[in-house]
Amino acid sequence: MAKIHVTATVNGDEVEFLCDPQQTLLDVLRDEMGLTGSKEGCGSGDCGACSVMLDGRLVCACLVLGAEVGGRAVETIEGMAKGEQLHPLQDKFLDLAALQCGICTPGVLIAAKALLEKNPDPSETEARFWLAGNLCRCTGYDKIIRAVLETASDMRAK
Amino acid sequence: MDDMRYEAPETIDAAVALLAGAGGDVRVLAGGTDILVQLRAEMIEPALLVDVKRIPEMMSITAEDGGFRIGAAVPGAELGEHQALKKAWPGVVEATELIGSTQIQGRASIGGNLCNGSPAADSVPALFVAQAMVGVAGPKGRREVPVAEIVTGPGKTSLAKGEIVVSIFLPARPEHSGDAYLRFIPRTELDIAVVGAGIDLTLDEGGVCVDARVALGAVAPTVLMVPEAAEALVGTKLDDAALDKMAQAASAACRPIDDKRGTKEFRIKVAGVMARRAARIAYKRAGQN
Repeated sequence: MAKIHVTATVNGDEVEFLCDPQQTLLDVLRDEMGLTGSKEGCGSGDCGACSVMLDGRLVCACLVLGAEVGGRAVETIEGMAKGEQLHPLQDKFLDLAALQCGICTPGVLIAAKALLEKNPDPSETEARFWLAGNLCRCTGYDKIIRAVLETASDMRAK
Repeated sequence: MDDMRYEAPETIDAAVALLAGAGGDVRVLAGGTDILVQLRAEMIEPALLVDVKRIPEMMSITAEDGGFRIGAAVPGAELGEHQALKKAWPGVVEATELIGSTQIQGRASIGGNLCNGSPAADSVPALFVAQAMVGVAGPKGRREVPVAEIVTGPGKTSLAKGEIVVSIFLPARPEHSGDAYLRFIPRTELDIAVVGAGIDLTLDEGGVCVDARVALGAVAPTVLMVPEAAEALVGTKLDDAALDKMAQAASAACRPIDDKRGTKEFRIKVAGVMARRAARIAYKRAGQN
């Protein structure tokens, strides 16, 4: 059957791809573009491991069709560091070992970055509610929240 | 599903033409937070998916006649960011914001929440008490329908072939009006309502309730309006006796099922409790504007 030709922006670069009508953005990112940083946990929008930004909004890439993103801007974990320069959240997650197996980490980082862009000074409650759609099955939430709040504090101080 | 067609029209007329002209199962794609899960699970195998997010009218919130018209595909997050809407209809906005996580809020729409036809849809009791009107477009043109007439049963709507919900209209508010929505779930968030209660009140200068509406979710096949509960509040300042009477009427109206989320008895009791608490919040809000 006919594939759909899509032109979009991914991490600032214009990209073109062909996808099936039912193929998700997550599958396109991983299978067509080789951007495997976004993970598939549940595939049903419950776990947040595939969190990406779509036109500036945090979404689950598994709940977006590839065909939907024509002309839109997608940001993934691969675009978070600028070259060798990690984002402050990435540095902090390393410093505080705010991850165990790492499957949830790309989604958590994308979601946390979106939080800090919207609210540079979140309370712990606000951070926990904002990140409630990002599940960590290693039960590492405490370190994740601490890393997000410390990064927020560092970024405000700069 | 192998030969599903995807279309993203840019006008309502084009969307209606696609929906009316297609054979087989046809689905409207707004936020996709239900549809993509159903597609993946092969619960649905549509021949055509019509993505309506390229239609400006369905993606905008506009002021109209002192009220607001919300495009059916506007994501929940955008309602929460709209200060004027939030001020006028805090209950509708808080109900919509209860739907799913931050990620889901980035996509899930109020039109989708309505048309999905879930008895437990959080935004719908709030829309009922707001007396929202639904803008529908179809092959025969446009019509405005009271929100209560859209959903006819779990997963079922009154929309004819080719018809689509374009917008939700929330009317102008009288002075001293307030709305609220509360639901019971067994955890802090990210769950499906066991019971939901929406309340809308208008008070006079002295704080006496002159108009009230009470709607309950997840206690019947569709959202229930409970006029007997509302009547118990009118003419009162929501004293305990009035709230007791309202809560009893709310519980009495429930026709719930037993399921894994709650028993009939529990839902009946909690419906009164939720309605009572929501009424207090709505009363406070009404007194502040």
